[in-house]
Formats: sequence, structure tokens, C-alpha cells
Amino acid sequence: MKRSRFPLWVTAGVMLFFYLPVVVLVVNSFNQSRSSGPWTGFTLDWYVRLMGRRDIWMAFRNTLIVATGASAASMVLGTLAAFALHRYRSRLQDVHYTMIFTPLVVPEILLGVSLLLLFVALGVERNLWVLFIGHTTFCISYVAMVVLARLQDFDFSVVEAARDLGAGPWITVRRVLLPLLAPGILAGGLLAFTLSIDDYVISFFLSGPGTTTLPIQINAMIRRDAPALINALSSLMLCVTFLLVWLSQKLNKESRT
Amino acid sequence: MKTEKFQSPRVLEALLTGPGLIWLLVFFLLPTFNVLLISFRPSTLTGGIGEGWTLETFTQLRNPNYPLIVFRTLWVSAWITALCLLFSIPVAYCLARAPARWKTRLLLLIMVPFLTNFIIRVFAWKVILHPEGWVASAFIAVGWMEAGTQLLYNVHAVVLVSVYTYLPFSLLPVYAAAEKFDFTLLEAAMDLGCKRLEAFLKVFVPGISRGVWTATLLVLIPNLGAYVIPDIIGGHRSMMLGNIIARRLFSDRNLPHAAALSSLLTLLVLVPMVVVIFVRRRREAST
Repeated sequence: MKRSRFPLWVTAGVMLFFYLPVVVLVVNSFNQSRSSGPWTGFTLDWYVRLMGRRDIWMAFRNTLIVATGASAASMVLGTLAAFALHRYRSRLQDVHYTMIFTPLVVPEILLGVSLLLLFVALGVERNLWVLFIGHTTFCISYVAMVVLARLQDFDFSVVEAARDLGAGPWITVRRVLLPLLAPGILAGGLLAFTLSIDDYVISFFLSGPGTTTLPIQINAMIRRDAPALINALSSLMLCVTFLLVWLSQKLNKESRT
Repeated sequence: MKTEKFQSPRVLEALLTGPGLIWLLVFFLLPTFNVLLISFRPSTLTGGIGEGWTLETFTQLRNPNYPLIVFRTLWVSAWITALCLLFSIPVAYCLARAPARWKTRLLLLIMVPFLTNFIIRVFAWKVILHPEGWVASAFIAVGWMEAGTQLLYNVHAVVLVSVYTYLPFSLLPVYAAAEKFDFTLLEAAMDLGCKRLEAFLKVFVPGISRGVWTATLLVLIPNLGAYVIPDIIGGHRSMMLGNIIARRLFSDRNLPHAAALSSLLTLLVLVPMVVVIFVRRRREAST
């Protein structure tokens, strides 16, 4: 039987569609043209200019602080939540599951608006802590889902073996359970880190003067600066993201074998 | 097991559940109710939240602009969802029938562009659709477009960029369902006299309906709350609910108004979602 070629063509078209913007962006970061119009010649000038911008470095610093804090906090909270969801079947866990699952599907703007209004009502100023809280809130759910998936494949007989051999509960958790689950937990943390760096909407609502993150900075630059400068910054961020993804893929493979 | 140390397993359950649950109660559920409360508060001239209670905000929601924006939000989101599904189903079919070693490669190939920063992807489209960009120049040269017209700042551009952004969200669940589909059913249908397209539509598409429903939710819900794409690509003529909320918050500083609109959006989103979560949890419990 001859299969239709149609789905294959659609797939090829979709792939082209997916890569077009990324390719255009990276190519234009080496383009002399300020407006990223037609190709006018190769240059590294945009990258050099980028290094001299203090506001970008500040935004970069804020992004790193928030992403590190939020991924660390959500790694702890998300892992605990995943253990609870995996081990228990109760009314409490039904509520727990709903609370963990809902932030994954609620539009980000609602999370951003509601947290902003909470902080306004409490009279809290918009500082990096506010951003940290916002990012942690949506990262917990992602970490919990990643770790939960690992737990479902996890062979719990090693835990029982450790207990049979006389290890106490604390030793079992620290010396057996956590080391074996570490790659999964780290993969969740890396996902949280990537999501935090990537986040625009929640940061838009929660960042104030002096707490600009990179995506917010980029949006401000879209309105003010030469597109070519943003292309250069974007290309650099692409490299960082790819590195993180490659790392988390590696961790994923390790935890599976 | 490790529960032995504690008097009852309930204590350990509470210890494991507590931190995350309390965090989400304080920073997710509580703020959501707070928004609902604020929408019944009067606004002050200085852009704050006044004392006392009022229904004024909700009567103001009948403002002639709002129904148009709500309608546009629903309509644009529905279009985006439909287009995402239209592309996802053939691609998922193709992926599911591809040789095993190609599957993982193709999946990775799909994921990679979407691991790049969201705002950067939107910006890349702005460059592509820019009036001086090569797409606009090519269209003018071929005569598809008149010089001086814009590819940017209209609803079509918003739909295009949103489809680009949300296609993986529909592709992955549809593919997951197609993976489990028994393709001999298609051959059986054709042996029984079904045309190829007919078999595809009447056997394959219903066979992956679970994935299609998940995809619908995953694309529809975030798009109902779209803010960034209509803001950067759409301009003021394609404002959606998300943009009007941001405007009330930051430009007009009318917090109760923003809160009321957010509550409306929550309602729009929550109803289909809660239904799905409960159905799923029940189904998992029964298997």
C-alpha cells in the first residue's frame, strides 16, 4: 500500500516554520544593517557594543539571582510534593494534586496580576524577593511533575533492601533514595532555571525599578534600541539555553539507565 | 519503610505535603481570592484601593469596548487552537509512523526552537514581518501586497505568531496519542472500501481524540490570557483581555477594574479546567 506523502510535506513545512525565526535572528546578529533589513556585510560590532551596556549587565545579574533562588527553592518544595503525591492516596492529596496542577495551566497573566495585587494590598515594595516568590510559585509545579514522573519509574525495592540491611530511615533517604533520584531532581531544577530565565509575563507584573530581568530588558530594547543589538543578545541567550538543555538531557539519560 | 520513625504515616504525609501546599495556598490561591475581593472595592483617584464595598466596577464592565475585546479574545484563541490542531494532526501521524530512531531525533528537533526565550521568538517574528524586512519586500515585489501596507499590527499577525508559539503544545499530546494508535485499523478501513482521506478522518482522528482534547486545552487556555504577542505584534487594534488588564493596572491605575477583568478571565479559564482535572483524577484512580 502506498502511503500519502501529504503528512510528510506538512511535517517538513512545519519544521521550516519552526526554524525560520531562529535562523533569521542569528544570521542578522552578524549583519551590519541596523534595522536587520537586507544583508550589508559581516560584523561583530553588535556583540562588542553589548558588552558595554551596564543596564544589560544589571538585568543579567538580576535574572541569575532570581533563577538560582527560584530553582533551588522549587527543587526542595517540588521534590517534597512529588514524594507526597506518589506515596499517598487521600483527600488531602486530591487537593494537593489540584493545587500543583492548576498553576501549570492557568494563564501566566493571572498569576502575575494576582501576586501584584496581593503585594500592593500588603504594601510590599517590588524588590527581588517579590520576583523570587513569583518565579518559585510557578516552578514548584514543574519540578513536582518531573520528579513525580521519575518516581513512577523508580524501583523502591532498593529502599527496602537498605532497610533490611539495617539502615535507619534518615540514612536510607540520604544515602540511597536521594543519590538515586538526584539526576531527576536536578533535571527538574534545570527546567525551573530555564523557565525562570525565560519568564516574561510574571516578571513584567512583579518587577519594579532596579529589578529588571533580561526578558523585560529585551522588551524595553525592542522599543528603543537597534534590532541588531537585540539579535546579538538573543543569540548569546540561545547559546546559554542550548547548553542548559543539553545538560538536562544528559541528566535525564543518566537517571533513566 | 521510612514511615516507621513516626507515630503515624499521617504525620509524614503532612510533613511532605505541607511546605509546597502552604506555599501555593499563600501565593496562588489566596491572591486569586484577593483579586476577586478587590474587584468589589472602589478605586481611589491616586490609583489605590479604596475602603468599603461597591458593585460599581461590575456595572462599568458594560462599557461598549469590553464585549468587543472579550469576543475578540475568544475568537482569536479559537482560531489559534483550530490552526494548531490542523497542523498537529498530520505531523503527529507522520512522526508516529516514522522509524524509531527518527522519532526521538524529530521530537528533539521540534523542541529545540521552543527552548529559546519566548520574548526573543516573538521579537524574531517582528523582524521577519517588519515593513523593511525581506518578507514584506518579497510580497510587494510579487504584487501580493501594496507598498505601505503593514504585515504587523493586525489580528492575522497575532494568530500567525501565536500558532508558531503554541504548536508544540498541541503537537506533543496529539503525538503521544498517535503513538498508541493501532495503524492496522487504517489498513482495515481501507480494505473495507474506505478512501484514504476518509479513513484518516473517520478512523485516525477519532482514535486520537484524547490527545486532541488535551491539546485543545493546552492551547486555548494560555491564549485566552495572551498578553505579550498581542502587545508586541498586534498593536492597539488587536487588544485582547490580557492587554486591557495590563493597561488598567499600569496606565490607568484602576486596580479594581483590573481585578474585575482578571476575575472574568479566571472564570473563562477555570470552568473547563476544573472539569478536566476531576475527570482525569477519577480515571487515574479507577485504573
